Amino acid sequence: MRRRSADGHAPAAFLWQALILIAVLAGGAALVFNTLDNLAARGISSGFGFLDDAAGFGVTMSLIPFDETASFARAFVVGLLNTLLVSVLGVALATVLGVAVGLARLSPNWLLARIAGAYVETLRNIPLLLQIFFWYFAVLRTLPAPRGSYALGEVAFLNNRGLYLAWPEAAAGWALAIGLCAAVAVAWSLRRGRRGPAAGAALVTLAALGWVFSAAAWERPQLAGFNFTGGVTLIPEFVALVVALSTYTAAFIAEIVRAGVQAVPKGQVEAADALGLNPAQKLRFVIAPQALRVIVPPLTSQYLNLTKNSSLAAAIAYPDLVSVFAGTVLNITGQAIEVIAITMAVYLSISLGIAALMGGYNRAFALRGAAS
Amino acid sequence: MRILCAALAASLAITAASAAATLDTVRQRGALVCGVSQGLAGFSNPDAQGRWTGLDTDICRAVASAVLGDAKKARFVPLSSKESFTALQSGAVDMLTRNTTWTQTRDTALGLNFVATIFYDGQGFMVRRGVGVDSAEQLDGATVCVNAGTTTELNLADYFRARKMRYTPVVFEKSDEVLAAYQAGRCDAYTTDQSGLYAQRLKLQDRNAHTILPDVISKEPLGPVVRQGDDAWFDIVRWTVFALINAEELGVGQTNVDGMRTASADPRIRRLLGADGRAGANMGLDAEWALRAIRQVGNYGELFDRHLGKASPLMIDRGMNRLWNKGGLLYAPPIR
Ligand SMILES: N[C@@H](CCC(=O)N[C@@H](CS)C(=O)NCC(=O)O)C(=O)O
Repeated sequence: MRRRSADGHAPAAFLWQALILIAVLAGGAALVFNTLDNLAARGISSGFGFLDDAAGFGVTMSLIPFDETASFARAFVVGLLNTLLVSVLGVALATVLGVAVGLARLSPNWLLARIAGAYVETLRNIPLLLQIFFWYFAVLRTLPAPRGSYALGEVAFLNNRGLYLAWPEAAAGWALAIGLCAAVAVAWSLRRGRRGPAAGAALVTLAALGWVFSAAAWERPQLAGFNFTGGVTLIPEFVALVVALSTYTAAFIAEIVRAGVQAVPKGQVEAADALGLNPAQKLRFVIAPQALRVIVPPLTSQYLNLTKNSSLAAAIAYPDLVSVFAGTVLNITGQAIEVIAITMAVYLSISLGIAALMGGYNRAFALRGAAS
Repeated sequence: MRILCAALAASLAITAASAAATLDTVRQRGALVCGVSQGLAGFSNPDAQGRWTGLDTDICRAVASAVLGDAKKARFVPLSSKESFTALQSGAVDMLTRNTTWTQTRDTALGLNFVATIFYDGQGFMVRRGVGVDSAEQLDGATVCVNAGTTTELNLADYFRARKMRYTPVVFEKSDEVLAAYQAGRCDAYTTDQSGLYAQRLKLQDRNAHTILPDVISKEPLGPVVRQGDDAWFDIVRWTVFALINAEELGVGQTNVDGMRTASADPRIRRLLGADGRAGANMGLDAEWALRAIRQVGNYGELFDRHLGKASPLMIDRGMNRLWNKGGLLYAPPIR
């Protein structure tokens, strides 16, 4: 009988795994060095020094200050943040919409179920890129030019360059943040049934919000020359991309939700009915906990898909990582291998991050479920 | 997915591609593969029958007829500006004839060589008529539609920065989308090479409602590109271009080239057409390399007129692209 180590693997197996690992690493290193040699031999520049150089180009939308004098490294961050923004927002919206459509599809209401079914069949069978173009040009073509903007008082303007909103200036921004945090604290304390802290937090919220909306300085969009300036802008590329990504992915999520709910044994539902639970309670205490265990793993891959699909942004000029970094920066510097390697590493990290989060969530659920 | 493919292609090809001479590769394959644009009237554009036409594609055909004896042996691979250099580096194409601007970085840091200038261009702006803009200097605060991965994108930034003017770039990967977005009113101005503006304006239904501003904000010398380190191939492409320019200067064209071959007593023409001298042999080609190129595609002036000039819908003035002795910049070294 072979001797086994603590977790049940034969020592020989470790040896083999170590050897294979070394072989893979050596192979990888050989590839890298060989590539570097060849690049040098062909007179192609290599290395990461370019990241510090001035970018020299502008972008349509940036969450951090960026202009032509900023570095390529900063351009990378701009692209990365824009990618994360559409991904996070897309995932959130796709989940809400997907769950709603998935449940609607199971509804006893014939019309609602049919509409949800049509939604799923239409959206998941049309290539995503076409949908992105559809939303983009649909948005662009229906909106007026800046001079004919739709206006909501002095605080919001909508035209084919985007949605322009008044925005509180820096100090007010912080006050707004504090107010929102305090509001969350109120909700949390109330749920825990602590009235004292809740009342305190509520006062802070009211004070902060009251100040922001009455006394604080707001920056209002103003029509100057070609377009509005000031405030914040939601560009059409962003809106089109988020709408396209979330409606498309929602179609897949809806199917996953439907399958998850249908996987809950009929007896459980009947038992819940027998106990006299109302539909909301039935969903919350009986169906959801069991369905989620079926839903979460495939949901994870939909989140990964959405994030990767967000790289189609480049087609409609949304400045995501692929457009800004693997596009413009690559072209200026010509350092394809470095730029593509960094870009791939980023997508890989985001994907592994999402997978790890969802994995943790799934394990937590699996433990609390039936001991199978 | 595209990223992955590009990276794999780049690293595999750069790791594994042999340094085989391009001329041998082309001869063995029996075809010349040129990287062209995805569709730009006047330079490389598929017509109704799917046949590529334009100045760039004809330069490729001229090289094919010089090297392989037949212009029909040229094959075309449409590439975005972004993909084009990687495609050439990795050996997916033998050369680029893709309205590519000759710049220092591209020439020195990418392992590529620019061969010659076949079209002197400059960057311009197109705007809607009636918005009260008649000079680029008035574009402060404008939103500008532009192609990704081009010199255009960078010149745009330089131009506004130098004048302390603000602008918002909207950057697309394909010209079709740039045009569509401009048309839908997303941008106040569309910027690219002037020739590109003339070509793109033809695609607008209301083309008379758009005007190309007189300002030229950059130098865009466009020409073919080959890989660095294959001097023999570089010479062949370069002298094919020079042969077409010299042919125009010497009055040798598609219709009279065969007559000239036998009848001309001008030693310059006799050397060009292979009646005298060793021009072809010096490059590893036969004596009639240039004769065939001129017969099958025409001299430079004929190409220009056919694709960009008076015989084309673009009607671009020859301007700087006239021969040196007619007030232009085209000057080909002598064949001797
Ligand atoms: N000459 C510039 C610009 C070249 C370029 O990409 N121009 C555009 C517009 S004129 C084009 O060729 N578009 C066709 C396509 O998308 O393939 C450069 O070398 O960077």
